[in-house]
Amino acid sequence: MLSLLTRALPRPRPMRKLDERLGFASAGRTILAKVFPDHWSFMLGEIALYSFVFLVLSGIYLALFFEPSTAMVTYHGHYAPMRGEQVSAAYASTVRLSWDVRGGLLVRQAHHWAAHLFIASIVLHLCRIYLTGAFRRPRELNWTIGLTMLLLAIFNAFAGYSLPDDLLSGTGLRIFNAIALSIPVVGSWLGFLVFDGEFPGQEIIQRLYIAHVLLVPALLAILISAHLAMVIRQKHTHFPGPGRRDSNVVGSRAWPTYGLRSLSLLTAVFAAVLLAGGLLQINPVWAWGDFDPTTITAPSVADWYILWIEGALRLFPPVEFHVFGLEVPNQFWPGVVLPGLIFGMLYLWPWLDRRWTGDSEAHHLTGRPRESPLRVGLASAMLVFMAVLLVAGAQELIVQWTGWTVESVRNVLRVLVFVLPLAAAFMGRWVAESLRRSDLDHAVELGAKDMRAGLRRAKRSQAQ
Amino acid sequence: MSSPPRAPGSVVLCFMLSALGAAGFAASYVLGLSNEALGACIGGAFAFLALGLARWSSVISAAEPQYVEERSVGPTPQPEYDAFRQALTEQPVPRSWVLWGSLGTAVAAIGGAALFPLRSLLPAMGTDPDAVLSRTPWKAGLRLVTEAGLPIRATDLDLGGVLTAFPEGLEPREHVDTTTLLIRLDPSVLDLPDGRRDWVVDGVVAYSKLCTHAGCPVGLYADTARQLLCPCHHSIFDVATGATPVAGPAPHPLPQLPLGTDSSGYLVARGDFSGPVGPGWGNH
Repeated sequence: MLSLLTRALPRPRPMRKLDERLGFASAGRTILAKVFPDHWSFMLGEIALYSFVFLVLSGIYLALFFEPSTAMVTYHGHYAPMRGEQVSAAYASTVRLSWDVRGGLLVRQAHHWAAHLFIASIVLHLCRIYLTGAFRRPRELNWTIGLTMLLLAIFNAFAGYSLPDDLLSGTGLRIFNAIALSIPVVGSWLGFLVFDGEFPGQEIIQRLYIAHVLLVPALLAILISAHLAMVIRQKHTHFPGPGRRDSNVVGSRAWPTYGLRSLSLLTAVFAAVLLAGGLLQINPVWAWGDFDPTTITAPSVADWYILWIEGALRLFPPVEFHVFGLEVPNQFWPGVVLPGLIFGMLYLWPWLDRRWTGDSEAHHLTGRPRESPLRVGLASAMLVFMAVLLVAGAQELIVQWTGWTVESVRNVLRVLVFVLPLAAAFMGRWVAESLRRSDLDHAVELGAKDMRAGLRRAKRSQAQ
Repeated sequence: MSSPPRAPGSVVLCFMLSALGAAGFAASYVLGLSNEALGACIGGAFAFLALGLARWSSVISAAEPQYVEERSVGPTPQPEYDAFRQALTEQPVPRSWVLWGSLGTAVAAIGGAALFPLRSLLPAMGTDPDAVLSRTPWKAGLRLVTEAGLPIRATDLDLGGVLTAFPEGLEPREHVDTTTLLIRLDPSVLDLPDGRRDWVVDGVVAYSKLCTHAGCPVGLYADTARQLLCPCHHSIFDVATGATPVAGPAPHPLPQLPLGTDSSGYLVARGDFSGPVGPGWGNH
């Protein structure tokens, strides 16, 4: 009876044979027993990882149909309004991909939605790392790798949506060109280097294509590997709790609980982007028309991850001056200096935080956001600042709704872009202080009494 | 480990539904059904798979304790570290500045040499970007034509009418910097800068269509206010006073093209624009 049972059990013969050659079993056992923290916020980075996996898979499929060329061709396909028209091969192949390749529209739209999810989950992951102080020693290096991946993700999303050579994305490329030109001393050479001459040049689609499908994804793959290798080496941070120390990790094992949960997340990401790709239209390039550098769509609103730069370009006053006889163009400040300052500050944050808090110890047990009201305040200010810039990037919609003039909406936003972040900094700090003083779990549970107590605390620490 | 938990029916059901969704996707593809059907089927297949895996994981974790793993990150003990340093700098590698210096020079030289082919990404040798950006192909006597290539008379435009014009014989898409906006105004409202009184033909003024802020085509004209609006960043230009910026981020007026007529009465340019078109650049 017993022997019958053991014989019925599946024997992993192929695995044994592989182990005879590689001897991986003891290392494999360690990996299977690796402990991962259970809190949901640790899954945000994984959503980004799985979005990347989907982007690569769907991107390979799209690349089989897309033609990265600005050569003019005649469109013959199912989309009747365009039939017989002379358009660029890039635009024609994108429309063909959407209307004539069976399943092509699903993959194209899912790819675009996955790009949104990729960047959004990186941003949320960054917020988690920032607010819990997980960027501190010994994870400063991984923080900078993560930021670099965010920059690459934004660039690649921009490059990707510029590829179809449609009227909306062409306008985006033109602004990108103007920002490149604005850099002092090297601007015109840089612009000519990227575009092969004066805008639009002949080469930009081919160059963006290589960057989009090879250069940036390869860099991202390398950085993701380094990012994960460091997480495995240093192990995850975890929140305080019974039995939790800097010197351990408490949670579930890689196999089976965590592994199944993570696989579930992978499939959930695929489900989300494929459902969106099927049911929610995104970037219908045939409706924008092909790129004609002498015309423009109105309104022209970019995707959110670069729309904040658009907003800054709109709000910045019309100042321009010369330094040593060289022009510093207007678009240099909102287009180069502002993103440079924001990302420069983020890159330096682990060291700035160390200086301001005087804390240079290694931390594996992270705090809850409330434990650093300063960080909560700064993060609130930053997010609200970006939000006002996003609104400015879409201000024609406000003009439509309110019926105010373009100029009055702009002037209101010019005030709000300074006032609201200050208010948000104060509010964030106040809420964090109130939570810290109370024993409440969530900010929504805060009552007037808790808030009053938090206010006293905030005032006192400001006075110090 | 106690006896393994039995397979929960809900998990099995999810996996079956997932397989059904995948089959639905295949069928939708074969039948050529809508994008919505394809997306709902394959998205649903992944959604049920996710649900089943999540449920399975939670069934297992409910029966599991919280595991604890020790963390051993920190500096390597000093003797071990010293041994590593010693292995790195041990005998066969001589500490010769000449040797290391020459190796560094070779590597740097190869790195530097590898940059040269990047020059090929730029336009041909001898092209000066600043010169290219500073001027356009417009010159005296060159006719203005419509997108279809037809010559234009001032009277082709109604009062308050707008027309995008290009130089005759040049492909507009290859010479974007020539894109010109013709607007016909009542000559009595014109208040152009000094020296530009005779740049107008029968109330028709010509400006570069490229915004001086970020180079977008200044595509929207409101005749009641005689203002041009750029849809990109909402710069507004006053057409009657030489397209001076009145609101928004644009720092300069739109450059003006001096207009005249040829012997047949068609509009011609009498030179290049009054300044560089499009956005300002860094070494200008």
